[in-house]
Amino acid sequence: MLAVLQIVIVGAGAPLLVGALRTFKARLVGRRGPSPWQPYSDLRKLLAKEVVVSTTTSWVFRATPYALVATLLTAALIVPVVTARPPLAFAGNIILLVYLFMLGTFFLALAGLDAGSAFGGMGSSREVAVAALAEPTVVIAVFALALRADTIDLGRIVERFGGEPWLAANPAHLLAFAAMFIVMLAETGRLPVDNPATHLELTMIHEAMVLEYSGRYLALVEWASAMKLFVFMTLLANLFVPWGLTEPGGPMPVFIGILALAVKLAVLTTAVALLETAVAKLRLFRVPELLAGSFALAFLSLMAVFVVR
Amino acid sequence: MFRQLRTAVRTGIVTEPCAPDGRIEQIGERLASEIVRLFGRSLAIRQVDAGSCNGCELEISGLTGPHYDLERFGLHFVASPRHADCLLVTGPVTRNMAEALRRTWEATPDPKLVVAVGDCGRDAGVFRGSYAVVGGVADVVPVDAVIPGCPPSPTALLAGLLEALGRLPR
Amino acid sequence: MTRLVYGLVALLAVAAVGLGGYGMTGGAGALRLPWVLPLGGLELTLDPLGGLFLALIGFAAIPASIYAIGEADARRGHFAYAVFVTSMCMVPLAANMMTFLIAWELMSLASYFLVLHDRRSKESIEAAWIYAVMTHAGLACLLGGMLLIGADVGSSRFADWRTATQALAPATRGAAFVLLALGFAGKAGVVPLHVWLPLAHPAAPSHVSALMSGVMIKLGIYGLLRVSLDWLGIGPPWWGATLLIAGAVSSLIGVLYALVEHDLKRLLAFHSIENIGIILLGIGSAVLYRAAGLEALAVLGLIAALYHTINHAMFKALLFLGAGAVVHATGTRNMEAMGGLIKRMPWTAACFLVGSAAIAALPPLNGFVSEWLTFLALFQNMRLEAIGQNLVFTLGIASLALTGGLAMACFVKAFGITFLALPRSDAAAHAHEASRPIRVAMVTLATACVALGVGPTLVVPAFGSIASAVLGTAPEAIGGDWLTVRVSGQFASLSTAAIAVVLGAMFVAPLAALRLGGASRRTRAYERWGCGRIVQTSRLEYTATAFSNPFKRVFDFFYRPTKRLDIEFHPESRFFVERIEYENPTRSIFDDWLYRPLLRLLHSGARAAGALQSGSANQYLAYILVALLLMLVLA
Repeated sequence: MLAVLQIVIVGAGAPLLVGALRTFKARLVGRRGPSPWQPYSDLRKLLAKEVVVSTTTSWVFRATPYALVATLLTAALIVPVVTARPPLAFAGNIILLVYLFMLGTFFLALAGLDAGSAFGGMGSSREVAVAALAEPTVVIAVFALALRADTIDLGRIVERFGGEPWLAANPAHLLAFAAMFIVMLAETGRLPVDNPATHLELTMIHEAMVLEYSGRYLALVEWASAMKLFVFMTLLANLFVPWGLTEPGGPMPVFIGILALAVKLAVLTTAVALLETAVAKLRLFRVPELLAGSFALAFLSLMAVFVVR
Repeated sequence: MFRQLRTAVRTGIVTEPCAPDGRIEQIGERLASEIVRLFGRSLAIRQVDAGSCNGCELEISGLTGPHYDLERFGLHFVASPRHADCLLVTGPVTRNMAEALRRTWEATPDPKLVVAVGDCGRDAGVFRGSYAVVGGVADVVPVDAVIPGCPPSPTALLAGLLEALGRLPR
Repeated sequence: MTRLVYGLVALLAVAAVGLGGYGMTGGAGALRLPWVLPLGGLELTLDPLGGLFLALIGFAAIPASIYAIGEADARRGHFAYAVFVTSMCMVPLAANMMTFLIAWELMSLASYFLVLHDRRSKESIEAAWIYAVMTHAGLACLLGGMLLIGADVGSSRFADWRTATQALAPATRGAAFVLLALGFAGKAGVVPLHVWLPLAHPAAPSHVSALMSGVMIKLGIYGLLRVSLDWLGIGPPWWGATLLIAGAVSSLIGVLYALVEHDLKRLLAFHSIENIGIILLGIGSAVLYRAAGLEALAVLGLIAALYHTINHAMFKALLFLGAGAVVHATGTRNMEAMGGLIKRMPWTAACFLVGSAAIAALPPLNGFVSEWLTFLALFQNMRLEAIGQNLVFTLGIASLALTGGLAMACFVKAFGITFLALPRSDAAAHAHEASRPIRVAMVTLATACVALGVGPTLVVPAFGSIASAVLGTAPEAIGGDWLTVRVSGQFASLSTAAIAVVLGAMFVAPLAALRLGGASRRTRAYERWGCGRIVQTSRLEYTATAFSNPFKRVFDFFYRPTKRLDIEFHPESRFFVERIEYENPTRSIFDDWLYRPLLRLLHSGARAAGALQSGSANQYLAYILVALLLMLVLA
């Protein structure tokens, strides 16, 4: 039952998250902006359009949208969304999560190469470069968390941290949070790493890989990238600020969990919107410097935990 | 960074309400209720420059700014014709761009709209009869609506698009 | 005749699998023939670790032999192949120094002849020469180390070493460890002794490459396991730290070189170096935990290393066979001339995709499981108290994470450029699918990869018993039921079977939902979007050089790329360009900083020593006299 609920929350909530982010960004630059429910209309319209498939592509191109959605829906079952015991807690942990995202990126990058256009190849090359360079940061930040919680199981980390509410203000914790925040921006393709609203192909990273998709395939890919943002933000919010997450046991804890999640996501969305409005996109070959900086933050967090022990 | 945010908060929202200004010339029969129902809430527009002087482009680029803000109506610009529902074509179609325009039209998935912008889009405007020009956009791809003007103001463009989608009373 | 030999080898491999399986499950056996060899005679013993490697050799040799039956190129070299496989089977069974070294040398000689398969190509000759030099330098180290131990212990049998080496002086043990580790590391391809690998593996025919990369370098790992965990007892922490750091460095350098490679087989060879590095991370952690007294964690590290050894043999053999099929079909090893092969060679492409996903450690395949176990073995260093060791482990964790990401990037390139989009040359446009035996071999290996991925709960207990047999402790750190693997109680759990099922369900669910929900099913085929360009050829596609460009720029301090740009203008006007040639090769820092100075030193030393060869008989008589006098004095 919890599994269905988590999938519904992640699947149905993701377009709202992206819509709200877009609306808030528009308001910040003085525009009225689209309604937060706009992505739902976009997806519905896309499902009614035909699909134009390039003659150069193969079955990899057609299978990728479904593969991408599959990895994200599976991730939705591993991440603690509203309770501290997600349905697939026995099957996976944070390392599995990281590699599930890599599985999605793998297929998307292959689809970008499949069309045989220069844009797709360029997008694939840049996307895998950013994903590869973000890896060490994630793992070291996770290691810092695992050191303190003595487990890498996501649900148990949330439980252990939930018992110490002031852990959120711990400097080591904050450093790890900052590092993971930068990684989230990189992996989900937000400014300053990648501009999701750009029309200039030479500045695209994620968008360049999906230029050839149309109709229901495009709907699935857009939905998947919204879900990736949702899952990443949920992970960030629930791992580092595990307030409101308890054992599943009836409707009340779940309701509190949903409320807590909504509040945390709203805060994170505001932060991301403010950041995206204030900074410009980095030159592509400055992004490794940013990621190296995030690795340094994660490493410092780890050293802090070691020293305190 | 904070200075930017402070300016943004202080300035507030400057979007002007959309006042109808000029009328479109409707050509195609395809603006039926079915297409209007499909695209009424969400339209992806791909702008194609088929040899224009860029006057129309400058007006179109104003649409994404805070004063005219086409996003509030659910319209947005996209980079690839595969993602598009509507081709916004400017310029008299020059001979060099005729084939490219046709391929762009073919690359767009059905159902789709074509809106020709400006006097050039209608019938090659001031370039009519030139050796380098094929004619209006309707001579190359089927057109559903024309927004006349040289160039049409952003308000006219916005009103024209909304009327084509049935969002404004005719 | 050729096919008969390959068939016999396949049968021998089956027997090896059987015998190895028997050994793995605890069966023991011994064979002693003192009159066959001097200094102890031929002595073979079967124990769990040896059984595992024997089974591995057999299991990898079966598809390779089947491939060779179907491959036209394999007409020559069948005897060398038979000797190769037989001697490889003897190495894990060897129980004394002489047997081991003879089997080792036979293996090296046979593979030398196999590398020299194409006798006319200068590249093959150079590859074989460098391989021969490095492998014999390694043999010299092995000989030195084994003689050192044997002389001190007083016996050449490994069983005697196990009990007696704890009593040796630390200096002797340390020296023996260094010599033996160097010898085995050279064979395994650990950086900086790896230079022969990327030359020898592409030069050999594909089934031999599959075995060399999948199995022969694992025998170097086998030797390292014996040295660090078995023959020399429990060593000081610097042994484990050295192995860990060597592993971290190897894995990073291997994948970095692979990223900029466009020769398909050389790319795979570099990935072997990377995976050996990952295995070493597991071994290093096991040795370090053992030195600190955390026996349960040492077992975990060893299980991770053994699992990765098996996995790597499976997917590397699969990838090499696939690459062989591609090279045979297109006539070139250069990725820049391939493309679009997925439509002409669908089976090869599908198997290569499985292999790529496995080596990129993507769930739920086998590469992911063993990397996960390695991560966990490294993560548990929190139970160690020494901050220096914690730092070494952290270095290992960071390098493993970076390696995983870069490996995925590299295989997107390898699979994407080779198989997807349009053919970049005529040869690729006319490629044909591989013959049936080759397809059978590849599908078998692909199935093995999937099975090892979703079924770790069946495999891990087997490895646990082997590891505990080697280390003498029960595998407490790892457990679980038929569905889940649990590590250290509540520290972590994994169920790839469940993940695979959920992934499958989530793949099908949107498909069904869209169909039932009435989403538009219309599809139209049209050319790819090229901004309305009228002529679209395969020249529009992204190239492998371009794909690896971001990495070349980010890691340019390591690659030291040099750029060459040649532009030919039209004779009549400089505004028109006829031809542009762009080259961006990387330089190997090991060649520049390590091997070239070393060789220069050797040459100058040899030249100086050449003064001894004066050609004068009187001088030689004087030498004899001096030598006699010295011997009389020293005796």
